[in-house]
Amino acid sequence: MHEMPITESILNIVLKHAMMNETRKVMVVHLQIGKLSDLEDEWLQRYFDYLSKGTIAEGAKLKIERMPIVVRCDACSSTFEAEVSRIGNLVCPSCGAESGTLVSGREYYIKSMEVQ
Amino acid sequence: MTGVRLIEVKEEILADNDELARDIREKLREKRTMLLNLMSSPGSGKTSLILRTMEGLKDRYRLGVIEADIDSTVDAEKVAAGGVPAVQLKTGGFCHLDATMVGQGLEGLVKKDYDLIIIENVGNLVCPAEFDTGAHKNVMILSVPEGDDKPLKYPLMFSVCDLLLINKIDYLALSDFDLNALRKRVLTLNPKIVILEISCRTGAGIEAWLSWLKKEMEDFKK
Repeated sequence: MHEMPITESILNIVLKHAMMNETRKVMVVHLQIGKLSDLEDEWLQRYFDYLSKGTIAEGAKLKIERMPIVVRCDACSSTFEAEVSRIGNLVCPSCGAESGTLVSGREYYIKSMEVQ
Repeated sequence: MTGVRLIEVKEEILADNDELARDIREKLREKRTMLLNLMSSPGSGKTSLILRTMEGLKDRYRLGVIEADIDSTVDAEKVAAGGVPAVQLKTGGFCHLDATMVGQGLEGLVKKDYDLIIIENVGNLVCPAEFDTGAHKNVMILSVPEGDDKPLKYPLMFSVCDLLLINKIDYLALSDFDLNALRKRVLTLNPKIVILEISCRTGAGIEAWLSWLKKEMEDFKK
Protein backbone atom coordinates (compact mmCIF):
# COMPACT_ATOMS: atom_id res chain seq x y z
CA MET A 1 0.00 0.00 0.00
CA HIS A 2 2.89 2.37 0.60
CA GLU A 3 5.09 1.22 -2.29
CA MET A 4 5.30 4.70 -3.80
CA PRO A 5 7.27 6.52 -1.05
CA ILE A 6 9.43 3.43 -0.54
CA THR A 7 10.20 3.34 -4.26
CA GLU A 8 11.11 7.03 -4.24
CA SER A 9 13.62 6.38 -1.45
CA ILE A 10 15.07 3.41 -3.33
CA LEU A 11 15.50 5.46 -6.50
CA ASN A 12 17.16 8.36 -4.67
CA ILE A 13 19.66 6.04 -3.00
CA VAL A 14 20.33 4.19 -6.25
CA LEU A 15 20.96 7.43 -8.18
CA LYS A 16 23.22 8.73 -5.42
CA HIS A 17 25.41 5.62 -5.57
CA ALA A 18 25.33 5.61 -9.37
CA MET A 19 26.71 9.17 -9.36
CA MET A 20 29.39 8.41 -6.77
CA ASN A 21 30.56 5.46 -8.86
CA GLU A 22 30.36 7.20 -12.24
CA THR A 23 28.13 4.66 -13.88
CA ARG A 24 26.34 4.94 -17.21
CA LYS A 25 23.51 2.57 -16.53
CA VAL A 26 21.96 0.72 -13.60
CA MET A 27 20.98 -2.83 -14.57
CA VAL A 28 19.89 -4.54 -11.37
CA VAL A 29 19.18 -3.41 -7.79
CA HIS A 30 19.42 -6.05 -5.07
CA LEU A 31 17.06 -5.42 -2.16
CA GLN A 32 16.50 -7.22 1.10
CA ILE A 33 12.98 -6.86 2.46
CA GLY A 34 11.65 -8.58 5.57
CA LYS A 35 8.72 -10.94 5.29
CA LEU A 36 6.81 -8.85 7.85
CA SER A 37 6.52 -6.07 5.30
CA ASP A 38 3.53 -6.33 3.04
CA LEU A 39 5.14 -4.63 0.05
CA GLU A 40 4.15 -6.16 -3.26
CA ASP A 41 7.18 -6.92 -5.42
CA GLU A 42 5.27 -6.30 -8.61
CA TRP A 43 4.11 -2.85 -7.53
CA LEU A 44 7.58 -1.87 -6.39
CA GLN A 45 8.83 -2.66 -9.88
CA ARG A 46 5.97 -0.80 -11.58
CA TYR A 47 6.50 2.31 -9.49
CA PHE A 48 10.23 2.07 -10.01
CA ASP A 49 9.76 1.87 -13.79
CA TYR A 50 7.52 4.92 -13.64
CA LEU A 51 9.70 7.05 -11.36
CA SER A 52 13.02 6.15 -12.98
CA LYS A 53 12.02 7.20 -16.51
CA GLY A 54 14.65 9.46 -18.00
CA THR A 55 17.26 8.59 -15.34
CA ILE A 56 20.20 6.21 -15.69
CA ALA A 57 18.22 3.72 -13.60
CA GLU A 58 15.48 3.47 -16.23
CA GLY A 59 14.84 -0.17 -17.07
CA ALA A 60 16.68 -1.52 -14.02
CA LYS A 61 15.28 -4.70 -12.47
CA LEU A 62 14.60 -4.90 -8.75
CA LYS A 63 15.67 -8.24 -7.33
CA ILE A 64 14.09 -8.74 -3.96
CA GLU A 65 15.35 -11.17 -1.39
CA ARG A 66 12.70 -11.79 1.25
CA MET A 67 14.32 -12.00 4.67
CA PRO A 68 12.84 -14.53 7.09
CA ILE A 69 11.04 -13.61 10.28
CA VAL A 70 13.36 -14.71 13.05
CA VAL A 71 12.28 -14.76 16.68
CA ARG A 72 14.35 -15.22 19.84
CA CYS A 73 12.59 -17.19 22.55
CA ASP A 74 12.23 -15.14 25.76
CA ALA A 75 12.60 -18.27 27.90
CA CYS A 76 15.52 -20.23 26.42
CA SER A 77 17.04 -17.61 24.05
CA SER A 78 17.15 -19.98 21.10
CA THR A 79 16.22 -18.43 17.76
CA PHE A 80 13.77 -19.83 15.25
CA GLU A 81 12.02 -18.85 12.03
CA ALA A 82 8.32 -18.08 11.89
CA GLU A 83 5.84 -17.62 9.07
CA VAL A 84 3.65 -14.52 8.98
CA SER A 85 0.51 -16.64 9.27
CA ARG A 86 1.77 -18.26 12.49
CA ILE A 87 3.20 -15.21 14.17
CA GLY A 88 0.24 -14.67 16.51
CA ASN A 89 0.50 -18.24 17.78
CA LEU A 90 4.23 -18.70 18.29
CA VAL A 91 5.60 -21.67 20.16
CA CYS A 92 9.35 -22.09 20.66
CA PRO A 93 10.37 -25.39 19.02
CA SER A 94 13.11 -25.91 21.64
CA CYS A 95 11.30 -25.34 24.92
CA GLY A 96 7.63 -24.77 24.10
CA ALA A 97 7.49 -21.21 25.55
CA GLU A 98 4.99 -18.88 23.93
CA SER A 99 6.73 -15.53 23.94
CA GLY A 100 9.57 -14.29 21.83
CA THR A 101 11.25 -11.13 20.57
CA LEU A 102 11.58 -10.28 16.91
CA VAL A 103 15.19 -10.44 15.70
CA SER A 104 14.63 -9.88 12.00
CA GLY A 105 11.85 -9.71 9.45
CA ARG A 106 11.42 -5.95 9.18
CA GLU A 107 14.36 -5.24 6.83
CA TYR A 108 14.20 -2.49 4.21
CA TYR A 109 17.68 -2.65 2.83
CA ILE A 110 19.48 -1.97 -0.44
CA LYS A 111 22.31 -4.43 -0.59
CA SER A 112 24.01 -3.78 -3.92
CA MET A 113 23.50 -2.92 -7.55
CA GLU A 114 24.80 -4.09 -10.88
CA VAL A 115 25.86 -1.24 -13.14
CA GLN A 116 27.66 -0.51 -16.36
CA MET B 1 32.19 -2.50 -24.24
CA THR B 2 32.05 -2.00 -20.53
CA GLY B 3 31.47 -4.96 -18.26
CA VAL B 4 28.89 -5.09 -15.52
CA ARG B 5 30.18 -4.02 -12.11
CA LEU B 6 28.72 -4.74 -8.71
CA ILE B 7 28.46 -1.80 -6.32
CA GLU B 8 27.94 -2.41 -2.62
CA VAL B 9 25.21 -0.03 -1.46
CA LYS B 10 24.37 -1.24 2.05
CA GLU B 11 21.82 1.42 2.89
CA GLU B 12 18.54 1.30 4.76
CA ILE B 13 15.77 2.36 2.39
CA LEU B 14 14.08 4.39 5.10
CA ALA B 15 17.30 5.88 6.49
CA ASP B 16 16.25 9.47 5.69
CA ASN B 17 12.91 9.06 7.44
CA ASP B 18 14.48 7.33 10.43
CA GLU B 19 17.04 10.09 10.82
CA LEU B 20 14.42 12.82 10.65
CA ALA B 21 12.27 10.91 13.15
CA ARG B 22 15.21 10.67 15.58
CA ASP B 23 15.77 14.38 15.16
CA ILE B 24 12.12 15.21 15.96
CA ARG B 25 12.22 12.88 18.99
CA GLU B 26 15.35 14.51 20.40
CA LYS B 27 14.21 18.10 19.83
CA LEU B 28 10.87 17.45 21.52
CA ARG B 29 12.62 15.71 24.40
CA GLU B 30 14.69 18.85 24.99
CA LYS B 31 11.45 20.85 25.10
CA ARG B 32 9.93 18.18 27.36
CA THR B 33 7.07 17.61 24.96
CA MET B 34 5.93 14.02 24.69
CA LEU B 35 4.79 12.98 21.20
CA LEU B 36 2.27 10.15 21.02
CA ASN B 37 1.36 8.41 17.75
CA LEU B 38 -2.17 7.02 17.76
CA MET B 39 -2.95 4.38 15.15
CA SER B 40 -5.93 2.18 14.26
CA SER B 41 -8.36 1.19 11.50
CA PRO B 42 -10.88 3.76 10.29
CA GLY B 43 -13.83 4.03 12.66
CA SER B 44 -12.29 2.36 15.68
CA GLY B 45 -12.44 5.50 17.81
CA LYS B 46 -9.24 7.55 17.47
CA THR B 47 -11.01 10.91 17.44
CA SER B 48 -13.39 9.86 20.23
CA LEU B 49 -10.41 8.82 22.35
CA ILE B 50 -8.67 12.14 21.73
CA LEU B 51 -11.83 14.01 22.76
CA ARG B 52 -12.06 11.92 25.96
CA THR B 53 -8.37 12.54 26.63
CA MET B 54 -8.77 16.29 26.21
CA GLU B 55 -11.69 16.27 28.66
CA GLY B 56 -9.57 14.49 31.22
CA LEU B 57 -6.27 16.33 30.82
CA LYS B 58 -6.68 19.78 29.32
CA ASP B 59 -7.02 21.56 32.67
CA ARG B 60 -3.71 20.19 33.94
CA TYR B 61 -1.62 19.74 30.81
CA ARG B 62 -0.88 21.70 27.65
CA LEU B 63 -2.17 19.54 24.82
CA GLY B 64 -1.89 19.73 21.05
CA VAL B 65 -3.22 17.46 18.32
CA ILE B 66 -1.98 16.70 14.82
CA GLU B 67 -4.73 15.19 12.70
CA ALA B 68 -4.01 13.32 9.50
CA ASP B 69 -6.55 12.41 6.89
CA ILE B 70 -6.44 11.71 3.21
CA ASP B 71 -8.58 14.78 2.52
CA SER B 72 -10.83 16.37 5.14
CA THR B 73 -10.71 18.69 8.15
CA VAL B 74 -13.57 17.13 10.11
CA ASP B 75 -11.39 15.75 12.90
CA ALA B 76 -9.35 18.91 13.51
CA GLU B 77 -12.56 20.93 13.70
CA LYS B 78 -13.94 18.60 16.39
CA VAL B 79 -10.73 18.84 18.41
CA ALA B 80 -10.44 22.61 18.07
CA ALA B 81 -14.08 22.95 19.17
CA GLY B 82 -13.01 21.22 22.40
CA GLY B 83 -10.52 24.01 23.07
CA VAL B 84 -7.27 22.28 22.14
CA PRO B 85 -4.91 23.53 19.40
CA ALA B 86 -5.14 21.24 16.40
CA VAL B 87 -3.61 21.14 12.98
CA GLN B 88 -5.00 19.10 10.12
CA LEU B 89 -2.64 17.47 7.65
CA LYS B 90 -4.13 16.33 4.40
CA THR B 91 -1.97 13.48 3.24
CA GLY B 92 -3.23 13.79 -0.33
CA GLY B 93 -3.80 10.11 -0.88
CA PHE B 94 -0.91 8.88 1.26
CA CYS B 95 -1.94 6.04 3.52
CA HIS B 96 0.29 6.98 6.45
CA LEU B 97 2.26 9.80 8.07
CA ASP B 98 6.02 9.96 7.83
CA ALA B 99 8.48 12.05 9.81
CA THR B 100 8.50 14.87 7.22
CA MET B 101 4.73 15.30 7.48
CA VAL B 102 4.84 15.19 11.28
CA GLY B 103 7.55 17.87 11.17
CA GLN B 104 5.21 20.05 9.12
CA GLY B 105 2.40 19.37 11.58
CA LEU B 106 4.58 20.45 14.50
CA GLU B 107 5.43 23.67 12.64
CA GLY B 108 1.74 24.24 12.09
CA LEU B 109 0.77 24.14 15.77
CA VAL B 110 0.32 27.74 16.82
CA LYS B 111 1.51 27.71 20.43
CA LYS B 112 5.02 26.46 20.97
CA ASP B 113 4.98 24.85 24.41
CA TYR B 114 3.22 21.57 24.99
CA ASP B 115 3.33 18.74 27.52
CA LEU B 116 1.74 16.29 25.11
CA ILE B 117 1.10 16.27 21.38
CA ILE B 118 -1.06 13.48 20.00
CA ILE B 119 -0.77 12.47 16.35
CA GLU B 120 -3.94 10.96 14.97
CA ASN B 121 -2.47 8.87 12.18
CA VAL B 122 -4.34 7.87 9.02
CA GLY B 123 -6.90 5.13 9.72
CA ASN B 124 -5.04 2.05 8.53
CA LEU B 125 -3.48 -0.96 10.27
CA VAL B 126 -0.83 -1.56 7.60
CA CYS B 127 1.28 1.36 6.45
CA PRO B 128 1.55 3.58 9.55
CA ALA B 129 3.36 0.73 11.33
CA GLU B 130 6.26 0.93 8.88
CA PHE B 131 7.13 4.61 9.26
CA ASP B 132 8.77 6.12 12.32
CA THR B 133 6.96 9.40 13.00
CA GLY B 134 9.35 10.63 15.68
CA ALA B 135 6.86 9.77 18.42
CA HIS B 136 8.07 8.76 21.89
CA LYS B 137 5.14 6.39 22.39
CA ASN B 138 3.05 4.39 19.92
CA VAL B 139 -0.50 3.55 20.89
CA MET B 140 -3.08 1.62 18.89
CA ILE B 141 -6.78 1.02 19.17
CA LEU B 142 -8.54 -2.17 18.17
CA SER B 143 -12.31 -2.01 18.50
CA VAL B 144 -14.45 -5.05 19.34
CA PRO B 145 -16.45 -5.07 16.05
CA GLU B 146 -13.18 -5.46 14.09
CA GLY B 147 -12.65 -8.94 15.53
CA ASP B 148 -10.00 -10.73 17.60
CA ASP B 149 -8.12 -12.06 14.55
CA LYS B 150 -6.50 -8.75 13.63
CA PRO B 151 -3.09 -9.53 15.24
CA LEU B 152 -2.86 -12.47 12.85
CA LYS B 153 -3.54 -10.26 9.84
CA TYR B 154 -1.56 -7.15 10.82
CA PRO B 155 1.24 -8.44 13.05
CA LEU B 156 3.61 -5.53 12.46
CA MET B 157 1.20 -2.94 13.90
CA PHE B 158 0.77 -4.94 17.10
CA SER B 159 4.50 -5.49 17.40
CA VAL B 160 5.48 -1.78 17.28
CA CYS B 161 3.03 -0.40 19.88
CA ASP B 162 3.57 0.31 23.59
CA LEU B 163 -0.12 0.20 24.43
CA LEU B 164 -3.18 -1.47 22.92
CA LEU B 165 -6.58 -0.03 23.76
CA ILE B 166 -9.51 -2.37 23.10
CA ASN B 167 -12.31 0.08 22.41
CA LYS B 168 -16.11 -0.43 22.21
CA ILE B 169 -15.87 -2.94 25.04
CA ASP B 170 -19.59 -2.26 25.62
CA TYR B 171 -20.25 -4.24 22.41
CA LEU B 172 -18.56 -7.33 23.79
CA ALA B 173 -21.79 -9.10 24.80
CA LEU B 174 -23.15 -8.69 21.26
CA SER B 175 -20.15 -10.26 19.58
CA ASP B 176 -18.10 -13.44 19.56
CA PHE B 177 -14.90 -11.45 20.18
CA ASP B 178 -12.62 -13.62 22.35
CA LEU B 179 -10.65 -11.34 24.70
CA ASN B 180 -8.41 -14.14 25.99
CA ALA B 181 -7.51 -15.29 22.49
CA LEU B 182 -6.76 -11.71 21.50
CA ARG B 183 -4.53 -11.12 24.54
CA LYS B 184 -2.58 -14.29 23.86
CA ARG B 185 -2.07 -13.40 20.19
CA VAL B 186 -0.96 -9.87 20.96
CA LEU B 187 1.36 -10.79 23.83
CA THR B 188 3.05 -13.42 21.70
CA LEU B 189 3.87 -10.73 19.15
CA ASN B 190 4.81 -8.15 21.73
CA PRO B 191 5.32 -9.35 25.32
CA LYS B 192 5.92 -5.79 26.60
CA ILE B 193 2.69 -4.26 25.31
CA VAL B 194 0.13 -2.98 27.85
CA ILE B 195 -3.49 -3.87 27.06
CA LEU B 196 -6.44 -1.86 28.41
CA GLU B 197 -10.15 -2.26 27.76
CA ILE B 198 -12.15 0.93 27.21
CA SER B 199 -15.35 2.35 25.83
CA CYS B 200 -15.18 5.92 24.57
CA ARG B 201 -18.98 5.87 24.41
CA THR B 202 -19.72 4.88 28.03
CA GLY B 203 -16.46 6.11 29.54
CA ALA B 204 -15.54 2.68 30.89
CA GLY B 205 -11.79 2.25 31.33
CA ILE B 206 -11.01 5.86 30.41
CA GLU B 207 -9.61 6.51 33.91
CA ALA B 208 -7.14 3.63 33.48
CA TRP B 209 -6.05 5.03 30.10
CA LEU B 210 -5.57 8.51 31.57
CA SER B 211 -3.56 7.05 34.47
CA TRP B 212 -1.30 5.21 32.04
CA LEU B 213 -0.84 8.39 30.02
CA LYS B 214 -0.15 10.59 33.06
CA LYS B 215 2.42 8.12 34.37
CA GLU B 216 4.17 8.02 30.99
CA MET B 217 4.19 11.83 30.89
CA GLU B 218 5.63 12.07 34.41
CA ASP B 219 8.32 9.47 33.61
CA PHE B 220 9.09 11.34 30.40
CA LYS B 221 9.71 14.59 32.27
CA LYS B 222 12.20 13.00 34.68
